[in-house]
Amino acid sequence: MSKTEFPPSITSRPVYGELEVRPGKHHLMIADAEGAEAILGLASSAPADLWAQTHIIYIPKSTGETYTGDLRALNPAQMYVGPSYEAAKQRIEDTFAKAHMGLQVYLTGTEGLMGQAMAAAIAAGIPHTAIQTEHRGSTARRMQCVHCKGITEDVTTDPFVCSHCGLNLFVRDHYSRRLAAFQGVCIDAEDPGNVPPQVEVFK
Amino acid sequence: MSAGTAKLNVTVAEVKPINELVTRFKFVRTGGGDLPTFSGGAHTVVEMEDGGQTRLNPYSLMSDPADRGAYMVSVRRDDEGRGGSLFMHNNVKEGMEMVISNPVNLFSLDLRAKKHLMLAGGIGITPFIAQMHQLSHTNGLFDLHYSVRTASLGSYAEELQAQYPNRVHVYHDDQDERINLEELLDTQPLGTHIYVCGPKGMIDWVHKTAEELGWPREAVHSEEFLAPASGQPFEVKLAQSNKVIQVGEHQSLLEALEANDVDAPYLCRGGACGQCETTVIECDGKLVHYDHWLTDEQREAGKLIMPCVSRFEGKTLVLDQ
Ligand code: FES
Repeated sequence: MSKTEFPPSITSRPVYGELEVRPGKHHLMIADAEGAEAILGLASSAPADLWAQTHIIYIPKSTGETYTGDLRALNPAQMYVGPSYEAAKQRIEDTFAKAHMGLQVYLTGTEGLMGQAMAAAIAAGIPHTAIQTEHRGSTARRMQCVHCKGITEDVTTDPFVCSHCGLNLFVRDHYSRRLAAFQGVCIDAEDPGNVPPQVEVFK
Repeated sequence: MSAGTAKLNVTVAEVKPINELVTRFKFVRTGGGDLPTFSGGAHTVVEMEDGGQTRLNPYSLMSDPADRGAYMVSVRRDDEGRGGSLFMHNNVKEGMEMVISNPVNLFSLDLRAKKHLMLAGGIGITPFIAQMHQLSHTNGLFDLHYSVRTASLGSYAEELQAQYPNRVHVYHDDQDERINLEELLDTQPLGTHIYVCGPKGMIDWVHKTAEELGWPREAVHSEEFLAPASGQPFEVKLAQSNKVIQVGEHQSLLEALEANDVDAPYLCRGGACGQCETTVIECDGKLVHYDHWLTDEQREAGKLIMPCVSRFEGKTLVLDQ
């Protein structure tokens, strides 16, 4: 699965690029699921010593073992494979806390993964414009309910039901960089029960 | 006129020689009262009435931004320069009344930084003195690496080392001491921003080294005031004010506009801020760009000029002014 093209939208909606190897003595790559393909894609243009300076943090999600072998074959200096972003969070934060300027950050995979890792990198002091991203795989969204503030992961339909308070929520392109989530707003507030049919808009 | 609007009437409260080349000037508000607040890195443009000619030179404020009672600047004497620094050294005396601009900051600290790494060369130390005052009021983290020619020419080096022990590192050229830039940059914690002020060679070296080591461009800040270059005299036609003016050998285009009562915008007068950008209507000849503002493409296009530092060689130049 190659890089995703998103339709034009409002300015708060994040845009993603294409990973490229940048100069630096340390490289941190954080990916989930099909994001592995973007990392593997770097191999063709990577200088010989890149992988010896690289730490890969990978969350396979539904891809299971599909890519882990190929990633290990790159021989990165460090590699961690974990079940979820939550599980990897502490490791990611510790890595940033110990890192020095010049570290290159590469994020690839789903928007939820990139958004959360981006927030951690910004909190660690890296200007957001210096963090590379490439979207791969599912376009499912990480949503925040603006009413109860609960987060629902991997939303694929519009509207959807908030997993915390049960309201019917309309999926907006309005994005919060701080929360790494799109905003979901009650769709039947004026006329309760009048909910348009659910459509699977994200795959 | 300066986009920093109102001017300040000040009185010279103190003139203090610091070493062979550098003198410090202290300004208080004429008639008393507080001066406007500023932030570390700001400069003021000092007006000098020098025998019928008005000189306007920018100098970084080096006093504590929290002290609204007085501003201080340090001026390095440049015997080969166009005369502004010599005027300050030879003609400005205690008790004299002068006019300065409101402070303008083109070199401010990025307060999102977790740490500030300051690199100074020579008289480039002055904005950092104000920034260090500012940071010490808020417990901000900083380190200063200061390169000087000799100990006796190292303005404020000893005082700063005494004031901020372990944070101020001084390097003496005559003792072959050099900043080990690569090692210094490689060991900075994430979230560090670099600030460099000094000679052009030093600024270029820091930008280039940081880029090679993978530093984000947004985390590297620099300030260099260019003194307007001298060059062949030239003539300029002004479309709006319908005038033809002459620019002298040691005069900048901006100064020539001002001398002819044309109210041209400016802020830094040193090719850095972009305020004076002027449209070129016709150009039969060569624009000689000295600024840090225009991009290579803009220079190529030849439709813009920065009158505070840049010049013209050729037959006809018509400006939208
Ligand atoms: S006045 Fe700042 S660039 Fe000319």
